Amino acid sequence: MAVDSGHSVTEAVDARRVHGPGRRNGKPSGNSGRLRRALSTHWYAWAMVAPVVAVIGVIVGYPLLRGVYLSTTDANEANVERTIGVNHIPATYESVGLDNYTAILDDGVFWDRLSWTVIWTVSCVALSFVFGLALANMLNRKLKGRSFYRMALILPWAVPAFVSVFTWRLLFNEKSGILNKILAGGGIDAIPWLNDPTWAKLSVIAVNVWLGVPFMLVAMLGGLQSIPGELYEAAEMDGANAWQRFRHITLPGLRSVSSTVILISAIWTFNMFPVIFLLTRGGPGDATEILVTYAYRLSFVVSPRDFAGSAAWGVLILLLLSLFAVVYRRALRKQGEVW
Amino acid sequence: MTAMKTTSATPGAPRKGRIRPRGERGPLASVALHVTLLIASAVAVLPPLWLLVTSFKPKSEAFSTALVKDFTFGNYDHVLNDTEFLSWVGNSLFVVGLTTVIGVFISATTGYAVSRFKFPGMRPLMWLLLITQMFPVAVLIVPLYNLLASMELLNQPMGLVLTYLTIAVPFSAWMMKGYFDTIPVEIDEAGRVDGLNPFGTFWRLIMPLAKPGLAVTGFYSFITGWAEVAYASAFMTGEENLTLAGGLQTFVNQYTSDWGSLTAAAVIVAVPAAVIFGFVQRHLVSGLTAGATKS
Repeated sequence: MAVDSGHSVTEAVDARRVHGPGRRNGKPSGNSGRLRRALSTHWYAWAMVAPVVAVIGVIVGYPLLRGVYLSTTDANEANVERTIGVNHIPATYESVGLDNYTAILDDGVFWDRLSWTVIWTVSCVALSFVFGLALANMLNRKLKGRSFYRMALILPWAVPAFVSVFTWRLLFNEKSGILNKILAGGGIDAIPWLNDPTWAKLSVIAVNVWLGVPFMLVAMLGGLQSIPGELYEAAEMDGANAWQRFRHITLPGLRSVSSTVILISAIWTFNMFPVIFLLTRGGPGDATEILVTYAYRLSFVVSPRDFAGSAAWGVLILLLLSLFAVVYRRALRKQGEVW
Repeated sequence: MTAMKTTSATPGAPRKGRIRPRGERGPLASVALHVTLLIASAVAVLPPLWLLVTSFKPKSEAFSTALVKDFTFGNYDHVLNDTEFLSWVGNSLFVVGLTTVIGVFISATTGYAVSRFKFPGMRPLMWLLLITQMFPVAVLIVPLYNLLASMELLNQPMGLVLTYLTIAVPFSAWMMKGYFDTIPVEIDEAGRVDGLNPFGTFWRLIMPLAKPGLAVTGFYSFITGWAEVAYASAFMTGEENLTLAGGLQTFVNQYTSDWGSLTAAAVIVAVPAAVIFGFVQRHLVSGLTAGATKS
């Protein structure tokens, strides 16, 4: 993707040419004049982005502010505004300041869930990245049956995720699932795939890696194909062996695309609701509950539903993710990535 | 290339271990490569395959290890005729289809503006779109639930459409920007010279050229919504109102486990999705990563 930088430079030049006249229009004279000029130059751009800005403002911005507000109250199922039959009951929750946050941060549950979420995210992303990269390298060469392998390997992505998760539950079934039957055939005791805390953790990671590898594979294949073949030829002339070529040409060539897909997939995995929710419902106990599913449990599963607590969890999750994205981008920028 | 081949294959080269040019490998390496790929393919294909096999077994035999035993369409018959499956399909199609159409349409203009013009507020907007994409479900779900409840849209397909727009819009805008970036600016300029205003250029020249991009973006936001579980499980109740992700959960839960119906329904859901996916997958990743790297 680094090749694109040349393209965007010319594009920036072109874009400037498009409104050349607007910019050259004399010196700025006073604020209102500048505003009017900005309006006449940019009004169509603003008009074009207006619908999206409006939609995001209404259905993301408002709920977000409301969520932040809820997180500083003691709202729960019993005191929010609601209608029972014909009676309308007004909201009676009140502000409690930052109590929800201090309560969450003092409680061990949050830190337990956070550390499992980090383990889950890191292992899922790392494993699917390594598998995806390895398989992409194998596919990126002359090979009989290449398109067959490619199709087979992408299949987990093509099947809707919730369908795959149900399939895995069928395979993992402790009493009569096919996996345990195969093990029994080999004389091994049945493994409680989803009913033992440790096995359940391994199982959800395995399923998520299974789901995530195809995306990595396709992204890496695209990256590999954008590395010019001349580089490899030059390296061969200089006597570099396969490992050296991989280490010094392939990996640097994939830097830009892999940093993007790792960021995307880390965020996806961190927020991966369906796999955990449909595979184990966070169980056994709350062993496989990641932050997102736990926040969901607070507002829709436990009784009484704890809206305020759930909102506070949500805000904390958002803060963590933003922090992660900022740090990650800064680290890339330090290494000379431009985006 | 030929010159190089001869160099590296020269007998008596000083280096230990011959260096093979790319694209050539020894028979042992070939076998290892194929074995590895075969194992990986088997791991990828077997679970969906097993789903397919199970769906043709009678209910009582759902867990039998036999590949084909008492082959039957009974599960499909049951799912299609005796359950709410078809209304779930209808609900899902309605909700996700409407979301996709609205989402892609309003994001196309934004993608175009961000791709072509430099205007004040552009960078914050791009950041907003990027950050909105990583919003966890957990932040918005409670306020959205309350919002929909106060608008009496809970349990209504329209409520879910509104909710899914929060997912579809930022994402589609990024993807469309990535696609517009690949259309040469000269086309815009030609339009401008011929006296079209920016809207005319966009609508008459660029949109027709962007049809493949629109299709891919639309498809991707379609499958994202199609597989959405959290909002659908929280906002929709009552068996006939569910979407597919919620409906399938009713086959296997703590009270019942009707694996026969589940597998049949899953196959009906998965096969068309997988086929369409096969057609567009080549464009998906380039769209995703191009959008993210070109800001």
